[in-house]
Amino acid sequence: MTAAVSDLRRCGRAWVFGDEVNTDEMFPGFAMKMSIAEAARHMFNATRPGWPDLVQPGDLVVGGRNFGMGSSRPVPLLFKELGVGGIVAEEFNSLFLRNCVNYGLPALAVAGIREKVAEGQNLCMDLPNASVENTTTGEKLYGGAFPEFILEIIAGGGVLAKLENDGLLQKASSEG
Amino acid sequence: MSMTLIEKILARAAGRAHTRPGDFVVCGVDMTVLLDLQFSQDRLDDVVRVNDPDRVAIVMDHAVPAPSVREAAAGTAARAFAKRHGVSRFFDVGAHGIVHQVLAERGLVRPGQVVACTDSHTCAGGALNAAARGLGPAEIIQILCTGSVWYQVPPTIKYELHGTKSPAVDGKDIFLHIAGRYGDATNHAIEFGGPALADVPMNQRRTVATQGAEVSADFTIFPADDRCVAYVEAHAPGADISPVLPDPDAHYESVRRVDLSEVEPTVGLPGTVINNCVPVGGLRDISVDQCFIGSCANGQLEDIETAAKVLSGRRVAEGVRLIVTPASQQVYLEASKRGYLATLVEAGAVVTNSTCGACFGYHMGVVGPGEVCLTASTRNFKGRMGSPEAQIYMASPATVAASASTGRICDPRELMGEVRA
Repeated sequence: MTAAVSDLRRCGRAWVFGDEVNTDEMFPGFAMKMSIAEAARHMFNATRPGWPDLVQPGDLVVGGRNFGMGSSRPVPLLFKELGVGGIVAEEFNSLFLRNCVNYGLPALAVAGIREKVAEGQNLCMDLPNASVENTTTGEKLYGGAFPEFILEIIAGGGVLAKLENDGLLQKASSEG
Repeated sequence: MSMTLIEKILARAAGRAHTRPGDFVVCGVDMTVLLDLQFSQDRLDDVVRVNDPDRVAIVMDHAVPAPSVREAAAGTAARAFAKRHGVSRFFDVGAHGIVHQVLAERGLVRPGQVVACTDSHTCAGGALNAAARGLGPAEIIQILCTGSVWYQVPPTIKYELHGTKSPAVDGKDIFLHIAGRYGDATNHAIEFGGPALADVPMNQRRTVATQGAEVSADFTIFPADDRCVAYVEAHAPGADISPVLPDPDAHYESVRRVDLSEVEPTVGLPGTVINNCVPVGGLRDISVDQCFIGSCANGQLEDIETAAKVLSGRRVAEGVRLIVTPASQQVYLEASKRGYLATLVEAGAVVTNSTCGACFGYHMGVVGPGEVCLTASTRNFKGRMGSPEAQIYMASPATVAASASTGRICDPRELMGEVRA
């Protein structure tokens, strides 16, 4: 395991969301006309207005079943823009989870997590061990571990960074 | 070792004898598709070299012709990209259409292939027996550069179709019936089969496959039966076709029997279709402000034909807007030649240019606060088609057209002479 992979541990305050949170809630269609920085200010505008002003850098998001159902829009970039450190959910939509991996946002599916976390409690998610600990209550749960190659992509900051390193993509000139 | 459709297609694409659920595989990608909006958001300008330009297509669909300078600039970037990287399959404005329609009608998605595109409704290609799915913009750039993708083989849920469906029942109704009764298929593949599948026409299969994304399925796949192969042969004459059928003793996580004679015209209630659909007869007195027929799910020629038949000699109700968006230039042309568009316009409908438009609340029919929309398109999330304070119901083109004419959500059989009040 590389140093970067063993470093995939994020601790922060939890924001708790429900089941079937969809991509259009997180990244509204009208915000697709905006830059990532601007679009991030509109996350959850329909279902949790004002949340982008409340979330602090390092906070973690906790979701329910089928988290991220919907479109391919790059929602993890908006979470990263707001400083969110990672997402733990009961279950992810696979397109959304792949987006997290490919944009380098730590994400972990852990069944049973939601009833173990109240909003505002502190969590530590540990990707190499596929565990999440509620450090407020001391309870710890385990999810399914990613294979090493996926951990490497997340640790490297996503697939675009890897493509840059492999000489397949020019260094960022127009990100945004 | 026996395999389901997805297990078989991914095994072949990965050069393996077999796969089973949970396996990680690396597959060659037969067709990777780029869309207009990506050229304003993604780092396509930074791509050093496209792995194989002959396995790439660019389709202008989400916001064309450009509604603002941002999309106009994206168009310019798309044209430059096609030229720089030698992408000859470039469907620019004029030859455009919604990507999944264009791929199907141009024979660019075929049985047994692996197809990747950023649009989440890429699963539409499953109707043509392809392992097609939506992937994120970063991953699409990776596939452009490398030509390959990894998948974890999902377990398969099989829907076995039996019985005879009413002519008033559409693929949309079959899908909504299943989504309402069985809910989501997160992290699973969905496969269709059974004796009644032979009676389900390709356009209806394409509606069903497209909507697999709405129940969160990884893939939604149909076998390459005679109907499927005939469709592909007609749209890709002379192409090599490698039809894939599931092994008879393949293992499914679940097999669900659907009796088509029990399927009624069905409506998806606002928010999600998952466990949230009712037979249209269960809804009373829901007035509509906007009706929409379009998108990759329901902008096909047959959908427009249905709408024209329902509205022939009728009028869109006072105070209701009916927007019809053909799924491609080819569909638009054919619907025009056959007189369907004239019938619709005479009835008071607005026929728009082919684009994703109103379906994703971007342009060409965005709904306002407090409005009720009944849509034959892909998705009914809150805020999807405009204001988060609008209600979006989902139904078949026949139900939408009939409801546009009465001004309230109604059973199309009321107008089609088939009983029922």
